Amino acid sequence: MNIYVILKQTFDTEEKIAIQEGVISDDGVKFIINPYDEYAVEEALHLKEQHGGSVTVLSIGPNRTTEALRTALAMGADEAVLISDDQISSGDEFSVSKVLAAYLDKQSFDLILGGNFSIDSGGGQVAIRLSQLLNIPHVASIIKLDVSGDQAFVHRDSEGDIETLMVTLPALFTAQQGLNEPRYPSLPGIMKAKKKPFHQLTLDDVGLTESEISAKTERLSLFLPPTRKSGQILQGELNDQAAELVQLLQHSDVKAI
Amino acid sequence: MSKTYVVVAEVRDSKLRQVTLEALNSVALAQEDDDLLAVILMGHQLAAITEQLSQYVAGQIHVIDHIDLGTYNSETYFAAIKDVLDSLNPHVVFLGHTASGRDLAPMIAAYLNAGQLSDVIAIEKADAEVLYTRPLYAGKAFEQKKFIESPQVVTIRPNNIAAATANPSNPQAEVITTDYAPPASLRSIVKDVIRKTSGKVDLTEAKIVVSGGRGVKSSDGFKPLQELAEVLNGAVGASRGACDAGYCDYALQIGQTGKVVTPEIYIACGISGAIQHLAGMSQSRIIIAINKDPEAPIFKLADYGIVGDLFVVVPLLTEEFKKALA
Repeated sequence: MNIYVILKQTFDTEEKIAIQEGVISDDGVKFIINPYDEYAVEEALHLKEQHGGSVTVLSIGPNRTTEALRTALAMGADEAVLISDDQISSGDEFSVSKVLAAYLDKQSFDLILGGNFSIDSGGGQVAIRLSQLLNIPHVASIIKLDVSGDQAFVHRDSEGDIETLMVTLPALFTAQQGLNEPRYPSLPGIMKAKKKPFHQLTLDDVGLTESEISAKTERLSLFLPPTRKSGQILQGELNDQAAELVQLLQHSDVKAI
Repeated sequence: MSKTYVVVAEVRDSKLRQVTLEALNSVALAQEDDDLLAVILMGHQLAAITEQLSQYVAGQIHVIDHIDLGTYNSETYFAAIKDVLDSLNPHVVFLGHTASGRDLAPMIAAYLNAGQLSDVIAIEKADAEVLYTRPLYAGKAFEQKKFIESPQVVTIRPNNIAAATANPSNPQAEVITTDYAPPASLRSIVKDVIRKTSGKVDLTEAKIVVSGGRGVKSSDGFKPLQELAEVLNGAVGASRGACDAGYCDYALQIGQTGKVVTPEIYIACGISGAIQHLAGMSQSRIIIAINKDPEAPIFKLADYGIVGDLFVVVPLLTEEFKKALA
């Protein structure tokens, strides 16, 4: 079974965000594999262990993305592909999905796995757009995946309800929390990763020009949320505090109470 | 020249979702006077909902009513909506940023070769441009964006844009029923839906969220929180710590991984306030923190704090709210 995992490198979830000269500063930031994409990597490795085949991890991003792909190789992926090009960096989800589709259209695959969304831009578009562009079915936000022959049986988290689906492969799935527990790269894994195939490509290599992927949306401004001031710590006996809190809420301007 | 604004309505548990009314108002915020509003309503047994929608819509309601559309499936829903979109040639398509909206919107965007802005929380007009505000890093930062060209696809986050109000004296909407032609072969089939949320208030749409962290200690520990949520007609959420510890489903997780919620009142019980959790709830109107540890970071952004054991404080609050709301 040929599996491709699309992944993105993101800030660690514990990072605070600072804006410098109109852009988000990455000074001293710790980068990780987008947590939802990490579930996708784990699931791909698990399927390979069950059914054989190969796992290729694919990303678009600046050179530092190499580190995230190396981590996935150290976890057990077989090959990595990084499409890195300044002409893509001004793009949006439309652009990125076009580039991925152009590359994957020329590959042979049974499964494409990705994350439910990326924790940085949070658009949740790229994987689903990709499935449309490749004309394959998709199920987003899965928490269980079993493959038998050319059929996949999946559980999808739909806002707390669980939908069970049968899907004919090739297909694309996006991972939700609860799908699995990603493994840590082992020391031998890290050593082996250094010798695994790593392909670095440009926009030209996938047969696209900048004008074909120019963004459909444009950022006008970037800002931080207003900082919240700490409020009032209530005092006194706990039952009096509870009564006081209810009073305060009833006299506030919220309509919910 | 007049343009067509499309709203894809959403039905859950046989009810029109609140976010659809918010999407209708989004059209009002973005459109010019002579633009056309067309609502697309897909599902099964839609007569009552069509009637309800017609009180909001001075335009068209395209109804696609078929038993195959009773449950959301990306393939059947996309097959149903494709032809209507072709005929409407939309300028913008609005959907809710919900499980089905998040799924359908990128399919539509790819099909229309369109840009998409996801999870929009505010819409404003400046000169001739429509500006969309959306979060980055789950709300650690925000960006304002615009579209470079049309068509456009927008998903809006529930609970952030005011809902449209009914106007029964409006001219009746023009209801257009469209037949559903199932695709020749379905590649994905929904076998079953396990309803775990029926009758419960949806977490992302809840006006009040009662949320538990590691301090809840066990899945049973969520019971007092559920009781409080029930009295307040709210929903229960959780921190990553509580989910990782197996106290509750990941579906309840609030944070940078998990859901972002913006209720009127957020009650954090036994949650210390890790940065990744704060990203998911710090835009709530009023934040209340209940924690044994007076040094917990959550108190730094809470409007009201009670230092104490949640197993004592939460039942006390439940009793007080019962009295106050009786």
